[in-house]
Amino acid sequence: MTIGLNAFLLVAGLLFAIGLLGVILRKNTLVIYMSLELMLNAVNLALVAFSRYNGTMDGNLFVFFIITVAAAEVAVGLAIIVALFRRRQSVMVDQLNALSR
Amino acid sequence: MIDILFYVFAATVLISAFVMVISPNAVNGAMAMIVSFVGTAALFVLLEAYFLAILQVLVYAGAVMVLFLFIIMLLDVNQGEPSYLKDKMTLGASIIGFGLVVVLVCSAFLGGNHLPEPNLLPVVENPTGEGVGIPFTTSIKSFGYSLFTKYMLPFQVAGFLLLAAMIGVIVVSKKEEEHS
Repeated sequence: MTIGLNAFLLVAGLLFAIGLLGVILRKNTLVIYMSLELMLNAVNLALVAFSRYNGTMDGNLFVFFIITVAAAEVAVGLAIIVALFRRRQSVMVDQLNALSR
Repeated sequence: MIDILFYVFAATVLISAFVMVISPNAVNGAMAMIVSFVGTAALFVLLEAYFLAILQVLVYAGAVMVLFLFIIMLLDVNQGEPSYLKDKMTLGASIIGFGLVVVLVCSAFLGGNHLPEPNLLPVVENPTGEGVGIPFTTSIKSFGYSLFTKYMLPFQVAGFLLLAAMIGVIVVSKKEEEHS
């Protein structure tokens, strides 16, 4: 394979940028949360690329732990969103403006 | 041949991620997200991290996205969603921010003064555990070896974190009792 480290890092960086766009642009909390997962995924890709081109296993182990933490985070975050929806009947961030009224 | 695969999977990952961000329907977005995760798993295979590719498909494309779809369909939030395209200020600001990050990433990893380009190291088939670090292998044995030696404390903390997340989810999603 003649693809270098920088090509993988470019893909990871663009993926991170797309996730950032989703976090800033969207109003739906669930879509914002999915964009956050996308950003975590981009970091995973960069870590695996660094690990492969550095020739050590540490990056892969980090990705292993990140996947564990992301799974726990998704479970807790979605439970919080469901609790929010029960109380306010909405998950749109522009309708959650109780402090500004 | 493998280079073509890289370009195909990288394009798949980026395009489906972008579709997820701009799709007005959250269910369509979740489907595009699954495609993006599977494409990332394919990139992991190209980087010879086979175990992580399997984990990516099982945990992310399987468990996490099924949980997302379940919650999206449970809440049924698509009714009356205001289009994000109507808010011109947010739209312009986020596109400018996105453009700035893209310019930053492209200038860091493309062009003349990018990171040094190391050659691919040979994959060690069966690590002996000698030397400073654990060499890059394709065997799952090195995962277990690392988890129980160098990364013992993070491993235990991750287990405790999963327990804490489980208890937290039960407490948060429990229906509030009526105070009479």
